[in-house]
Amino acid sequence: MRVVPSARPRKLAKVPFVELADGRLQGVVSSGSDIGRVYVSSVEAGTYAFSCSTNNNRPCGGARGAFCNHIRALIGEAVLQYGAERVARYLKVDVSGDSGEGADAHTLTFAMTSTHPAQGDKSAAAQVFSRFLRHLAYLEFAPSTAPLPEMHWFPTTGAVA
Amino acid sequence: MRADLLTDAVDGLDEALAAVDGFDQVLVGGLLRPQPAQAAGLAGLADAVAGSPLAGRTAEASEKTAAGAADEDHFLVLAAARTALLGSVHDALVARVEEAVGRPRAEETAAPGAGAEHPVNLLAAARGWLCDLARTGWQGIDHELVGGAAPVVTAMLPEPALRRLATLLDGFAAELAASCPGATLERIPVRRWADLWSRAMLLTLPGADRTAAVTEVTGRLLPLGVDLHEHATAVQAQVHAVFEPADGTTPRLVRAGVSAPKPDTVVGAGLWQLLRPHMSLLAAVSEGRAMELDAMPVTAEGDLLWDDAHATPGEPADAFVTARVALPTATAAPVTPVDRHPARIAVPVLIEGYTVEKEDDGLAFRVAGERLAVDAVRVPAAGPLTAEAVASSGACLGLLRWDAGEFVLQPLAVERTVRKKPVAVHAGAWAGGTADKAGVRAEKAATDAVTVLRERAGRLLRK
Repeated sequence: MRVVPSARPRKLAKVPFVELADGRLQGVVSSGSDIGRVYVSSVEAGTYAFSCSTNNNRPCGGARGAFCNHIRALIGEAVLQYGAERVARYLKVDVSGDSGEGADAHTLTFAMTSTHPAQGDKSAAAQVFSRFLRHLAYLEFAPSTAPLPEMHWFPTTGAVA
Repeated sequence: MRADLLTDAVDGLDEALAAVDGFDQVLVGGLLRPQPAQAAGLAGLADAVAGSPLAGRTAEASEKTAAGAADEDHFLVLAAARTALLGSVHDALVARVEEAVGRPRAEETAAPGAGAEHPVNLLAAARGWLCDLARTGWQGIDHELVGGAAPVVTAMLPEPALRRLATLLDGFAAELAASCPGATLERIPVRRWADLWSRAMLLTLPGADRTAAVTEVTGRLLPLGVDLHEHATAVQAQVHAVFEPADGTTPRLVRAGVSAPKPDTVVGAGLWQLLRPHMSLLAAVSEGRAMELDAMPVTAEGDLLWDDAHATPGEPADAFVTARVALPTATAAPVTPVDRHPARIAVPVLIEGYTVEKEDDGLAFRVAGERLAVDAVRVPAAGPLTAEAVASSGACLGLLRWDAGEFVLQPLAVERTVRKKPVAVHAGAWAGGTADKAGVRAEKAATDAVTVLRERAGRLLRK
């Protein structure tokens, strides 16, 4: 009955936020060296135009001319969270092979980098940031004990072996 | 229980569902330029409600829609007609269940109570999006159209009175987004999406989601088990229980739920953590205790509007004892008209004396010669109850549901015999907390996820 499997649990320390929205794979990636720094990274669907900059709006040094490690980490975590097939479909990546089966973060990244994508414009960062805030807002809404009968359409899908 | 009644055909069921399916097929192609086949589906829906008060308006809406000249009100009438048809299916199925379990029938209907006024502009925005969906059809959906729900949901979520519609739209839109583009979709969940669509349409009517009239109850609450619901950005735990009024009147079947919006990365054991602080009943369920209620608000539909201030922990109470002793005497509450839908049927039952049959795609119980499919998928991952435990059980406390044309049993708890002693395993055992090793690990991972999210957000904000 459930159409969309729930996100698979993943560690959030490295990539606290990832989503497929606004025609991009986008998210927030923690800096490997500086605990006070995060990167806002994105890859556009279809063109694979990429962008990566810090929370202080400085361009990422690694993202000159090619995917940086932050974008690679972002793709890896997106595959963990959504599955390779869904990420490939959203980004319009043609992972050769039958219906994308057997595709993983490596084949996805390779398929995109081999088209030598261009650097996207940095304006995406502000939107990604606001999407992250929208995401966080879900932690702040007050729980309720009023019945939500609509949730009967969304059963948990747990112990299936 | 008379299991044979659950497998017997229900009169008129196939005809009603055929009319529903005919309409649902219309939404696959969309209503922008209706084709002859779609006109037939629309006419079928109008015919099916021809003997009801909806007849005239549905006939008009069906004609206008088939001619490609429908407005939002016409779509709303079609959604209402489809809901009424499924309401009749619900009633027939519930009558059958009550006969099978021998539970007295609730005669009166639950009257809607007073409710908060909704911001009408947000409801109109939601309806606009839903009508765009209907015109486009499932095969035509793309990310741009589906993304149109996001601003509506964002504006609705902080508004408690709009939580029902917001939560439904959020889950529905996420599901559609994951299925884009519709043109390349191999399988479309036709009835499910039509369900979600028509339900959301009805909830855009101001007042449609008002809770049934509220009274207060005092007495003892004996929990049976927990049913967990979740989509990417929401979770609800619903406790099914028998309530024994202090005045000695007939025990009642009641539910108590707690729900919360959540980020999609909080899953598994993290769900219990979000809900636990808001309902002491979850701890009582885990500990196997009753609770004493004092003037707890309850709707005419049997939903307790839980407030910890009106409840205190009571004596230990074994759910299986409750199911054997109290459950058969309890009456069920009536269902409000808008909530009458087969997907909402969840009747607590105790099944014993069955044999387990392992099938290719799951389990089934053979009860008094009849096959009853077991829906173990609905058992939460963050709990000790597994499909293996169900397969080796001798008694099963569960919810009788109706899905894809048959009754199925969703296990809430099972009893197994270990060294000649009965041992109970509850799906919701971790709801109030756990000492189980795997459980503790899962809980810690979930706590870390929330901590990391908050900490990283802090870094971003500190520009």
